Amino acid sequence: MEIFNHNSNIPFLGMRKYSIAIALCLMIASIALIATKGLNYGLDFTGGVSMVVDYTQPVQISEVRAALTKGGLDNAVVQSLGGTREVSIRMQPKDDKGVKQTASGKVNLDKISSDVLGMLRAARPDATLKSRDYVGSEVGAELKSDGTIAALFVMLGIMAYLWIRFERRFAIAAVATEVHDVLVTLGIIALVQREFDMTVLASVLAVIGYSINDKVVVFDRIRELFRLARKAEPEEILNRSINNTLSRTIITSLFTSITMGAMYFIGGPVVRGFAVTMLIGILVGTLSSIFVASPILLWLGVSKKDLMPVTRDNPELARRP
Amino acid sequence: MSDFPRWKYALVALVMLFGIVYALPNAFIPVPAVQVTANRGAAPINEALRQKVVAGLAKAKVVAGEVVVDGDHLLATFANTDVQKSGSDAIKSVLGDGYTIAFKLQSTVPGWLRAIGARSMPLGLDLQGGVHFLMQVDQNDVVDKQESSYADDIRALLRQKNIRYESVSRKAARGQGITVILRSEADRTAASNDIANEYIDLNVTNGPSTGDRYVLNVTVKPEKLRALALGTIKQNLGTLRNRINALGVSEPLIQQQGENHIVVDLAGVQDPAEAKKLIGTVATLQYRPGIGYAGDAQAREAASSGNIPPDANLYYMRGSHLPVLVSKRIIVTGNELVNASSGTDQQSGTPEVSVTLNATGARKMLDFTNANVGKPMAVVYVERVTETKMVDGKEVRTPKITESVINDATIQSPFGKQFQTTGLGSQKEASDLALLLKGGAFAAPVDIVEERVIGPSLGQDNIDKGLKAVSLGLVLVLLAAALYYKLFGLVADIALFFNLVILVAVMSLIGVTLTMPGIAGIVLTLGMAIDANVLICERVREELRNGSTPHASIRAGYEKAWATILDANVTHLIAALALTTMGTGAIKGFGVTLMIGILTSLFTSVTLTHAFTALIHGHRKLKTLSV
Repeated sequence: MEIFNHNSNIPFLGMRKYSIAIALCLMIASIALIATKGLNYGLDFTGGVSMVVDYTQPVQISEVRAALTKGGLDNAVVQSLGGTREVSIRMQPKDDKGVKQTASGKVNLDKISSDVLGMLRAARPDATLKSRDYVGSEVGAELKSDGTIAALFVMLGIMAYLWIRFERRFAIAAVATEVHDVLVTLGIIALVQREFDMTVLASVLAVIGYSINDKVVVFDRIRELFRLARKAEPEEILNRSINNTLSRTIITSLFTSITMGAMYFIGGPVVRGFAVTMLIGILVGTLSSIFVASPILLWLGVSKKDLMPVTRDNPELARRP
Repeated sequence: MSDFPRWKYALVALVMLFGIVYALPNAFIPVPAVQVTANRGAAPINEALRQKVVAGLAKAKVVAGEVVVDGDHLLATFANTDVQKSGSDAIKSVLGDGYTIAFKLQSTVPGWLRAIGARSMPLGLDLQGGVHFLMQVDQNDVVDKQESSYADDIRALLRQKNIRYESVSRKAARGQGITVILRSEADRTAASNDIANEYIDLNVTNGPSTGDRYVLNVTVKPEKLRALALGTIKQNLGTLRNRINALGVSEPLIQQQGENHIVVDLAGVQDPAEAKKLIGTVATLQYRPGIGYAGDAQAREAASSGNIPPDANLYYMRGSHLPVLVSKRIIVTGNELVNASSGTDQQSGTPEVSVTLNATGARKMLDFTNANVGKPMAVVYVERVTETKMVDGKEVRTPKITESVINDATIQSPFGKQFQTTGLGSQKEASDLALLLKGGAFAAPVDIVEERVIGPSLGQDNIDKGLKAVSLGLVLVLLAAALYYKLFGLVADIALFFNLVILVAVMSLIGVTLTMPGIAGIVLTLGMAIDANVLICERVREELRNGSTPHASIRAGYEKAWATILDANVTHLIAALALTTMGTGAIKGFGVTLMIGILTSLFTSVTLTHAFTALIHGHRKLKTLSV
């Protein structure tokens, strides 16, 4: 079975002006979105109190919200966790006026959660508390800086590897595309205001890993074709490489998407954010492998002589540049 | 003909066998159990005690799976966590105090598997329920104490050297050091030299002088502060471990995270209140005059008859459990202790503990020891825990104070600020004592900055959903691959399945804790592991299209795809590595899973599929390939 015509020769590089322009627009739009709308940071980042409440009978979000407002909790964020019987309630500890803050700012999670459960039970006696979390605000700040450091570490590590294994231009093109992928993924998350928690952060870092995979496969083909070709016209070589690997690029994306889709639909609320981010990242990463990475490479001026093995005397060495 | 060497077939077969055997323990679901261990002094665990427990359970109408004596503890298994809870209550009421009763998940892995080191993956809190704390160690307290103590020391030193000073005071901001104001330039130089000579951990610099005020700035060296911070964390980890063991959680996870955080994961605990109280326990220390020595006739007499002299308390030694009489008078308390460290006595070469007191403590100690040379002195360790019990629906709080003597020794000569306790049995005893002394002195300056309580039903829910997600993801990819690449797809399917098996086996062997993000990592690995096979299959197709023979196509396909697969996986590995460097447990778990997954998939999708392909196509003449 074949879905893709193996003789396809779509002039991807021919549309490079448009594709790069679109990529740039998307990046700018993403930065603007992240700057203005911001990411909807979850409990892991903002700190605060979060509870998961289970009802034996279906419940409306508005019902829960009304019960909390009646109890004096106006600022609590109520979200459905998929299904109709499970909700998550997120709030800042200072919102619960019944709890006196101690001088040291220590939070009495037990008191807050029993207060909230009391309010909910007053409206609906079938509410039960499934889990409760308290995260201090300093923890979130640390997570943000850790995440940023990890992302930088990945980019630099990948850049160094590609620089050694391939060539400088490949390293730069790959990392530039990576930055694009991460920004656009974050931009989409900001646009739809999906909660950004720890698992989503992990997912964004995993997106970097996934999309670099895609780029390396194309780059590998570019290197191979450059070495084989007698008369190497860079644009033609790049285009042929993308077309040759097109089937693999799309099939792998589909396969990975299938597993992430399975996780999204039945993995439960804990990993749903992870799966969604991954799906967005796979889409963005796949498109950028086809439309963005190679044009940058062409623009940086990749040529045959940069990719020829240094020595041809030893065939072992020739295979491993 | 096939060019696949024999030894590689053997390797593939071995790895497959390894995967199956070491992944197998995860198929045995552990059962909820209650573990009973005897405390010091209580009747040992034996058959009689087992009978008692069985009778108690029967009386409370709790159905237990089996009740067995296993070495020094007793195990009772139950059908589910609800029964486990009532079983534990029943056992508690039968046995009373003197026994530690802990919840446990008892492994059902057969003995022959355990004998070869195969075990199931431990489950994270999000999969089995429990309490998670992240604690921040308050270093300020330590800095405060250290700076105040140095200020005292400098005052004493200046007095001793007859250097006149106007004031010695700590700066307003914490950690900024001490300001010494002197009357003349000459005094300042003398003071500066003396301080620098006496205390190598201090930096001394001249400050701006106005009129007849000559300022000297003294700061504690950063490396000393860092060493102190490190010591505080270690100290707190040790104290927490001791206390949580008393809580009776069978496998608590207590470890340092980052520079000043401590993670405590208590699986199976549902009520964080009790745990929090234990963590917040305040321990204090008292140096008191001893009356006789541990285990002497007077103490034994008092212990057996109950006739305790009115001015004394009867305590027991920690460890040896010998009775000892101690005067009620307190000489100094832990608050006056600055430092305690273990070392070796210069003269006798035996282990010793060196203790440093602050100025007020030193004065009191000197007064007492001057008058009491040759008499005993004891160190009493006091722990105060508030226990909360529900009686008739009301909370009843009872403070529980445990006091024990951690050391008693004879005063050899008068001493004040610094003294040594010598004649300790071993280096370990010395370091334990130093740790306890510090534990009593630094009243656990920890703050809980994160607290998560995961109900057991949520844990079971997550396991079910995670399992379903893994199986559905796997089945869909298996189907898609078989449809798209036919026979080669089926071979890739075998590889993918074994990738899952070997991944689980490696994770179990290393002892990676399985969490929800870890499951996400497994699912992602499954999706990406097929990538190598897609690369190979596409290459083989290409070679066929270019007119190569089937066998040549297979060989070229594997050879040419290998370079690409390697590059793609190494870059991916770099990304996974970065994830594991993150301090946070959840992301780390995901990263570790991803990393192991990338490595196992390299083997399964390349070597394992090559072996199967060679086995299928190797000895036949081929016209076409099913790819």
